[in-house]
Amino acid sequence: MSQKKSRGGGGGAAAGDDPEDLSRSPLQAVLLADSFTLKFRPITLERPKVLLPLVNVPMIEYTLSWLESAGVEEVFVFCCAHAQQVKEHLGKAGWTGKPAAREIAVTAVESHDAISAGDALRVMYGRGVIHGDFVLISGDTISNMNLKDALQEHKDRRKKDPLAVMTMIIKHSKPSILTHQTRLGNDEIVMAVDPETKELLYYEDRADGSNLYVTIDKDILASNPTLQLRNNMEDCYIDICSPEVLSLFTDNFDYQHLRRHFVKGLLVDDIMGYKIYTHEIRSSYAARIDNFRSYSTVSKDIIQRWTYPMVPDVLSFGDCQEIKLHRQGIYKASDVTMSHSAQIGANSVVGNATSIGENCKVSNSVVGKGCNIGKNVLIHGSYIWDNVIIEDGCKVSNSLVCDDVHLRAGAIVEPGCILSFKVEVGKNVVVPAYSKVALLPQPSNEDSDEELEYADTNSGVTDSPPFSSMRSADHPTVSDDDDLEASETGTCGVVGYIWANVDTGIQEEWRQSIAPIPKDKLEELQHAASIDDNDDGSEDDLNNHPSVPDQDDDSDVSAVEDDDYSKFEKEVEETFQRALDGIHQDNLILEINALRLSYNLQHADCAGALFHSVMRSALLAAQSTNGSLLKTTAEALGKWKDLLQNYTKSVDEEMEILLKFEEMCQENAKEFSPLFSKILPYLYDKEVVSEDAILRWAEEKENADESDKVFVKQSETFIQWLKEAEEEDEEE
Amino acid sequence: MPDVQPLVGEFVLKLKRRKVEGSHAVARQTAELLRSVVSQHRMGSANQAAALADAVRGVGEQLIAANPIELAVGNIVRRVLHIIKEEDISSTAVGIEGLSVTAESDDEYDSGNDDHPTLSAAVLAAHARNALRAPSLQTLLEDIPVSTALSRSASSAGDSDGKSGDKSSKARKLKHDVIAAIGDLIDEIDTCYDQISEQAVEHIHQNEVILTLGRSRTVKEFLYAAKEKKRSFRVFVAEGAPRYQGHVLAKELVEKGVQTTVITDSAVFAMISRVNMVIVGAHAIMANGGVIAPVGMNMVALAAQRHAVPFVVVAGSHKLCPLYPHNPEVLLNELKSPSDLLDFGEFSNCMNFSTQDGTPLLNVVNPTFDYVPPKLVSLFITDTAAEVDILIEQEGCTRTISALAF
Repeated sequence: MSQKKSRGGGGGAAAGDDPEDLSRSPLQAVLLADSFTLKFRPITLERPKVLLPLVNVPMIEYTLSWLESAGVEEVFVFCCAHAQQVKEHLGKAGWTGKPAAREIAVTAVESHDAISAGDALRVMYGRGVIHGDFVLISGDTISNMNLKDALQEHKDRRKKDPLAVMTMIIKHSKPSILTHQTRLGNDEIVMAVDPETKELLYYEDRADGSNLYVTIDKDILASNPTLQLRNNMEDCYIDICSPEVLSLFTDNFDYQHLRRHFVKGLLVDDIMGYKIYTHEIRSSYAARIDNFRSYSTVSKDIIQRWTYPMVPDVLSFGDCQEIKLHRQGIYKASDVTMSHSAQIGANSVVGNATSIGENCKVSNSVVGKGCNIGKNVLIHGSYIWDNVIIEDGCKVSNSLVCDDVHLRAGAIVEPGCILSFKVEVGKNVVVPAYSKVALLPQPSNEDSDEELEYADTNSGVTDSPPFSSMRSADHPTVSDDDDLEASETGTCGVVGYIWANVDTGIQEEWRQSIAPIPKDKLEELQHAASIDDNDDGSEDDLNNHPSVPDQDDDSDVSAVEDDDYSKFEKEVEETFQRALDGIHQDNLILEINALRLSYNLQHADCAGALFHSVMRSALLAAQSTNGSLLKTTAEALGKWKDLLQNYTKSVDEEMEILLKFEEMCQENAKEFSPLFSKILPYLYDKEVVSEDAILRWAEEKENADESDKVFVKQSETFIQWLKEAEEEDEEE
Repeated sequence: MPDVQPLVGEFVLKLKRRKVEGSHAVARQTAELLRSVVSQHRMGSANQAAALADAVRGVGEQLIAANPIELAVGNIVRRVLHIIKEEDISSTAVGIEGLSVTAESDDEYDSGNDDHPTLSAAVLAAHARNALRAPSLQTLLEDIPVSTALSRSASSAGDSDGKSGDKSSKARKLKHDVIAAIGDLIDEIDTCYDQISEQAVEHIHQNEVILTLGRSRTVKEFLYAAKEKKRSFRVFVAEGAPRYQGHVLAKELVEKGVQTTVITDSAVFAMISRVNMVIVGAHAIMANGGVIAPVGMNMVALAAQRHAVPFVVVAGSHKLCPLYPHNPEVLLNELKSPSDLLDFGEFSNCMNFSTQDGTPLLNVVNPTFDYVPPKLVSLFITDTAAEVDILIEQEGCTRTISALAF
């Protein structure tokens, strides 16, 4: 490759530009040509996401062109769903096949059983083709950044510290939930970065805006003298990885998602000590198309030339004619047939061989190749792909219309619609806002782990027949009523299925659609954001006083990790059962300690769980031998008090036991609750709990609800006695 | 021909990706590429010159389409086509005269006392050209007459066909001559700075104040040359937003010991009254004498005119373009990324398309070039042999610029 390069320069100036090129080992890249999500359904049932046209050029062209101009020499395109289509495209566009003039070698890697990015990387590892540092990118990322600096940084770091396995590219953006939501339809990302070394310490995408708090492990705060908590960063999803990353994925076969599992996994897991660093880009552009909103936003950024030189008049694809830029950001191919009375507004693109009829208005839109647009058509903020026929008087606003769609005269497409391939809309039909229409029926039961772009016709398909009138798929949706209306007014209706929004519960449809956010929602968001902003402020304050967030942490952790705790409790109980069978006590303690570490819990939790186990064993024994519960409990406590004492080193832990006991009494009401007041003194006698703990417990309960006070009342006499005893002590 | 296709493809891609920028680099690399195209070309039996010209033209069209804003590509392609034509004419002329070309040219060379070290038929061609028609930029850059010339040559070749069997050797000779002539062209591109800056002392006088905008290598060499000749002068450098190449130029000038003042582009009007001469570089000089130059130049030219300060454009001959700026196939400008002007991160909330009806409220326009009309330019300084620096008059600009070439 390098030899070729020097020949290409012909001894000219270009060869002298970067002499280090020659000494470099070939730079490789892994391009994931599958998003492993369902966000672009129904379109992705028929065509892979990376081949969807973005301003009339398939997305993967942008990514490959960028990789090529960034000096990547070898790219492995990982194809999964629609692998054939991707490979065909690569061949057709001249990336693979003949060893052409490209300085870049593109190889397609095909796999059909990968269902996540993690699987893809495991396959890549299996192939054993990656030898050095590589760029990991998905085929829907648009960028014009210069990789050189980031690469150099990565390499320098690697020399000093072989554990720095990954450099994440991040980009500055305006901090606020609102911007994330409104620009790219993404969740806000909070990350903690060491300002000196740029090491990434913490990464969290806020899946739902409701989580206003950031929980940071206090170890991070303790071990790093300074750290920046940033919410004004966009993740570009461009990573420079060392080969170790692939083996890490192979070792941890449960890593699926690059961010959710891999990045977070590495950050939490400090055993191996692998580190992730960040590289911030400022002037260059990078964004990933994750959903329909970011599709629209990135399109507009491209039209506004932020991605230069990946702009329509420079980046030409295939045999298409040259596109020329006119004033006000209007891009027009040379052979567009346009009526004189038609108006094309600012920031629009009109592709090859498209004809536009009289009095049409096209604004802020992209119209593809070979489209036929009739008279008096209004197109606003929409993305019309290739060979679409739009008859007279149609209105399309803020929608996405795929190849070969036919809109008959007078059809109206309301904001946020997705019309997939070859859909036909009848005369004067109104397609209601946010509907998704496709010729393929919607798979009815969506497996959560079937996160693929497959057109998987085997998995259950709704049995609604193909039809020529408008009907909705099985899930009733909000827009149902509109549908009915429309089918009444429409003379012919729609050919295709209307897809129900599957994940309405989680993602409201306006969040990730092309249409602008409705005013009321925007106000809601703004309101939420303003609350959030205040919160952000206080968070920053918190971080200046490391002692405060710790408290915050604990309460949060216990709330969040309830689930973990119950698992832990079960394991402890099982261990305890084995102890009953005769395992030595010391071994038991060891085992429980190991469990505690693996679940990352406190001593107090152990005490609680162990106590629980002891009591359960007593209960079981009482039931099996028909003996009195009180007696068996006393025996069990007597037998295991040493073990319990091992964990009750402080008042907190004793308190935990009391609370646990209380809980158990509430759960197994009829067995333990009458005995509470009797067992409590016994615990005191055996020195499992101290009087301080009991008194504090009683104190805390004083302010509780009446229902919570039951046991305090029950043991009132005992507590009274304790108090008096204490007073006497003091008097003495 | 298939052997060069990878090279061509590579260069086309470089142009497309905007990896090669600047007229000089583009011109040089184009010439080098065309030289290899010619050298790889397999000469046919008949009509070699036409076939060669077709090959060059085919490659040239690809290159021009790859980056139409780099007008130098087209200029060089035309020059090479012209060279082919000239060589063809001269060789047939020589063939008809029945003289040994090498001996003839050798003699002529020595007597002419030319400073070109390499022996080439180009010199001969120049003589032949002088005889054939009046020299002008038109003849230099025109590619249309090639066909007529070729048809003539073809017929003459046909004539000589019967007489001599040295067809293949003649073909080889034509190719060889063309390659040598392209080599001269490359030399010319390389030495244009020297040739232009030789004239520096004639224009820059003691204690003058020079203003320039942005950074042009030609201007830099021009100023260096004046400095080396012990002229003392001061330079105002307008920084040339948004690429701020003026900062680089200022640094370079200071290293050479030139008194330098950096000003903002917007201060040009305020400073122009103290300036004796404006010297700027250009991206291309059009057939009507208009200049395509880095953005901001028109403003400088207008300021210079307002204060009757001479506005001098220095440019190598590879920047002379035979097209008119109103020609529809001429792309006069290119809009670059707005990120030169604004930080995307800071403004990302302004680029929010989902809060209004999808209409962006903020637009950023970042053009690369300005067009300076011919009437604002007082003087062109270029590198061709006749070392002409002709005052462009308002009316006769087309005429004078064509006289300027040779």
